[in-house]
Amino acid sequence: MTVKMATRQAYGEVLVELGHELENLVVMDADLSKSTMTAEFGKVFPERFINMGIAEQNLYGAATGMAISGKVVCASTFAMFATGRAFEIVRNSIGYTRANVKICATHAGITVGEDGASHQTFEDMALMRTIPGMTVVNPCDCVSAKKLIRQAVAMDGPVYVRLGRAPVPNFYQEDDDIQLGKGKCIREGKDLTVIATGIMVSEAMMAAEKLQEEGLDVRVVDINTIKPIDRDIIVKAAKETGRIVTAEEHSVIGGLGSAVAEVVVREWPVAMEMVGQLDTFGESGKPDQLKEKYGMDAEAVIRACRKIMDR
Amino acid sequence: MNFKELEQRATNIRINIIKALHSAGSGHPGGSLSAADILSVLFFHEMKLDPENPKMDDRDIFILSKGHAAPVLYSALAEKGFFPAEELLTLRKINSNIQGHPDMRKVRGVEMSTGSLGQGFSAAGGAAMARKMDKKDSRVYVLLGDGELQEGLVWEAAMSAGHYKLDNMVAFVDWNGLQIDGNNDDVMTVKPIDQKFASFGWNVLMIDGHSLPEIIDALNQARACKGKPTLIIARTIKGKGVSFMEGSAGWHGKAPNEEEAKRAVEELGGVWA
Repeated sequence: MTVKMATRQAYGEVLVELGHELENLVVMDADLSKSTMTAEFGKVFPERFINMGIAEQNLYGAATGMAISGKVVCASTFAMFATGRAFEIVRNSIGYTRANVKICATHAGITVGEDGASHQTFEDMALMRTIPGMTVVNPCDCVSAKKLIRQAVAMDGPVYVRLGRAPVPNFYQEDDDIQLGKGKCIREGKDLTVIATGIMVSEAMMAAEKLQEEGLDVRVVDINTIKPIDRDIIVKAAKETGRIVTAEEHSVIGGLGSAVAEVVVREWPVAMEMVGQLDTFGESGKPDQLKEKYGMDAEAVIRACRKIMDR
Repeated sequence: MNFKELEQRATNIRINIIKALHSAGSGHPGGSLSAADILSVLFFHEMKLDPENPKMDDRDIFILSKGHAAPVLYSALAEKGFFPAEELLTLRKINSNIQGHPDMRKVRGVEMSTGSLGQGFSAAGGAAMARKMDKKDSRVYVLLGDGELQEGLVWEAAMSAGHYKLDNMVAFVDWNGLQIDGNNDDVMTVKPIDQKFASFGWNVLMIDGHSLPEIIDALNQARACKGKPTLIIARTIKGKGVSFMEGSAGWHGKAPNEEEAKRAVEELGGVWA
């Protein structure tokens, strides 16, 4: 867990690989290509890279036009604008037509850091999850990000891929089997399960190791796909460990916590706690400071685990 | 050029608009009738398309950005032979493919699902870019409403089409001057449409949207224009062809009852049965 790299960096790299493999791959951006990391694709394949300027609605509208003309499109901007500003275009143009557009959005969540609240989105997964037919992917590290982006591009239909700004530890090995739509149990445990997504996966692992010292045996599951969610792994955790803590760098309203709860209450009700942004806006600061202040770090997971054991 | 045929096609399209809307009991006659002549020229003169082979590779595509005028698109497609005209009577009904706004997944010949204003125009720009990328001999046609020009997305799309010199794209504005709450000029001025688009890098033409020769001539000029997308501002009359609907904002979103539909069809020279 020593190599640290942002998932947006992995995105930029895999795009160039995919550009060589797929002739009909088009990448579009909205004047953020150096931040979303699509710029490298633009350098290697200038004829298949389109900068739409600072116009996110038209970015996704035009991406749909590309898709109905037979292209596979990766269209990128910050998660705030992709899912917030352009929501209705994503819903009606991309979602309703089931367009083959991959909304690869970067700078999601609190780890945007210094840019502050206007750029820190905690609503994106909730918004995307409500669109019928939209697949929602949130990789936890660069190894899985590359594998998941490849699978997203290979499937037909709209996918939202949530990527981060800040470097995260490389958690998986190259030969690990990462499947879109499949959760992964990355630590066995019998007392409770932490179901985590994105950057919270490594935080959950740190939490689990610390809790082991207190004698608590914590299972950790990485959910890389919020929708369609892996029901089996959730139900199994509920049945076998009886308690579930969810952890996400997103609002506790509408994201992973809600998606897991929707499965749990229907299939096997157990006690749950949710770690995430607590219905409030963020602020400027360093990513680590913000994670601590807003309760999205290993300590927050530990607190939630202790709390659920006391219930 | 067989103007008689194009005229008859436009009339047939109008008759079917009325019949479909009466059957539906709701919908948008005014802005459907105003665009009938434009669609007649596009579908029976200008565009390269084949109802037997609707996904033909180098076909031209038409996107109805003012998706609420769906009846004019459905009627043109049925007239062209994409599906049987009887299906038009299922407009807006439960379990029908003929949705209130066009759905590309449900109806043969519908190239893009529209209804939320501005989005068809934006998609048309992307479709034109894709064709340029592939060096395809295929053109993109899109029809906007005048009220639709109030959407911000329209101007984002106008800017990018000008920037990328999409000369394989032609946009019509169905300039009937009316929108739901009244005159464009009272609700939110869209004028000067020509100067706005010209300043965004468009080749702008102004025509009578009910004159078949003018529509054809404008499309020829668009084809000849290199390095710029073309905007054809078509002055039209909302409700054109039905005396009591012409120029009335009230007929933007109201279906004719049986007596009104019968009168309209007969005025158009059709048979009410």
